[in-house]
Amino acid sequence: MSEVQLAAGPATSGPAALSFKRHRSLKEQVIGLILFLCAAISTLITVGIVAVLLRETLGFFAEVSIVEFLTNTQWTPLYVEKNFGILPLAAGSFMVAVGAAVMAVPVGLLTAIFLSEYAGVRLRAVLKPMLEILAGIPTVVYGYFALTFITPLIRSAFPETDVFNAASASIVVGVMIIPTVASLSEDALRAVPAALREGAYGLGATKLEVSTRVVVPAALSGVIASFILAISRAIGETMAVTIAAGALPNLTLNPLESIETMTAYIVQASLGDTPHGTIEYKTLYAVGMTLFLITLGMNVLSQWVLSRFREEYQ
Amino acid sequence: MSQTRAPLGMSGRGRDRRRRVAGALFAILCAAATLVGVVALAVLLTDVIMDGSHRLSVDFLTSFASRFPERAGVKAALVGSVWILGLTAVIAFPVSVAAAIYLEEYAPKSWVTRLIQLNIANLAGVPSIVYGMLGLTLFVRALALQRSILSGALTLSILILPVIIMASQEAIRAVPRSLREAAYGLGATRWQVVSLQVLPMAMPGILTGTILALSRAVGETAPLIMVGAVGFLAFTPSGVMDQFTVLPLQIYNWISRPQEEFHQLAAAGILVLLILLLTMNATAIILRNRFRKHH
Repeated sequence: MSEVQLAAGPATSGPAALSFKRHRSLKEQVIGLILFLCAAISTLITVGIVAVLLRETLGFFAEVSIVEFLTNTQWTPLYVEKNFGILPLAAGSFMVAVGAAVMAVPVGLLTAIFLSEYAGVRLRAVLKPMLEILAGIPTVVYGYFALTFITPLIRSAFPETDVFNAASASIVVGVMIIPTVASLSEDALRAVPAALREGAYGLGATKLEVSTRVVVPAALSGVIASFILAISRAIGETMAVTIAAGALPNLTLNPLESIETMTAYIVQASLGDTPHGTIEYKTLYAVGMTLFLITLGMNVLSQWVLSRFREEYQ
Repeated sequence: MSQTRAPLGMSGRGRDRRRRVAGALFAILCAAATLVGVVALAVLLTDVIMDGSHRLSVDFLTSFASRFPERAGVKAALVGSVWILGLTAVIAFPVSVAAAIYLEEYAPKSWVTRLIQLNIANLAGVPSIVYGMLGLTLFVRALALQRSILSGALTLSILILPVIIMASQEAIRAVPRSLREAAYGLGATRWQVVSLQVLPMAMPGILTGTILALSRAVGETAPLIMVGAVGFLAFTPSGVMDQFTVLPLQIYNWISRPQEEFHQLAAAGILVLLILLLTMNATAIILRNRFRKHH
């Protein structure tokens, strides 16, 4: 506080005050520079991620053709007879993500509508923290839940189901991303001005009509962005799918079979023996790069949807 | 007025009733969807408590992992998680808050600022395992920090950096403009305004965001597998360069064994982890409520 008073005082006391001022402005500049460097670190992280992934990925593509990587339907880099086709892993990731989205998109959107249009202040105060808890549960816990609860349930209905299967992983990943869809969509729905709703109610519309024909369309960009972000999260999800879906790169559409996702492969291969510099080691980065590009693409897409189709009010 | 009211007003009782019934059904549907999340949470917690609570004991907290399930405990993992938590907080908090201060109070409106901001938003969406690959390559190998607590904490720090930055920015933005202007009017420098006016007011919000981000770090498994945390350790670390394990990794190790006894250990470990997270989140909520009362 004394510094503020000093600075506020009249600067008429000669050279002493001048040197104090110069000293202060130097201090100010150094602080500004330090703060800028901290902000710049975030950019360096991105540069670091891209550089690290790119270096080993280029090494990988020096040995394996990109055509083989994208079109070969087998992924067996850890076996004697090596195949490097990303398709089974990518298909595994997408199967889990699509399954999760089929569950989380409608449930999450309806939850958002309930929270924003139907629930009173008190009910919201109970429900919102519950969704936050759901979002805060570590993914390894979801993995445990999938393996010891969901999978036995599925196997009692479909006895031919593998112990590790895509369906179980899809269900828990779906539960996991419900809060993402619900809370981001709810933010978008609540941002719709009350005047729009009141106008519709004034015309005699029911709550259903106001919600589905006025509020959701008005918030559509935010709602769709939340779907894309949630699916991107499902693709990047690691532990639950590693535990529940298995480690068998398997190009299949049957959710009851064991599969392997891109993320699960990275975990499995890094747990095993993959010495630095070998082709097995480089596959980690090629798969990581693919994963990074897919999720980055979806995140950019969601931001684009948000800015391109935003309805501006006022 | 009569034109707009006519189609609704004259549509007849049958149609009105149908609309009311549809409305009621939709309300039930929305409530049911909301219940899906709540029920899932309840079932998950019940499942874990039923499987694990009988294994929770003082011995479980004070014993090391063991190949005999009846003797195994979470001591090394719990201590490791606390180490990682503390070190990650020490690294991530100052850097993130400084970055947030820069972006909110110092940054000029330029393409550099926009780039940094956009980049932070994108970083928040990068899968955690990718951070693990960066940690493995940069910290474990290139900087030769080995498979140490420091490598793990650095990796988790960059993972939660964007989360803390965004939460801090929001807290700083919520500080009324008039306060800043009053301080500037008294001749305060920018840093004086920030350190004496803005930061004290934004601190509860910043701390809440930091604790929530840290609780995410405590629950992370995949990036720490990448940087080489081990699932089985019979000593507690004594320094930042020691090998380590953490609760989620110990849990994963137990889950991946086929025997039922180890699954019960995993459930008990999950309970310890959830209690730790609950304590952290409760702290964050208390901070948030105190913050609300003051304004």
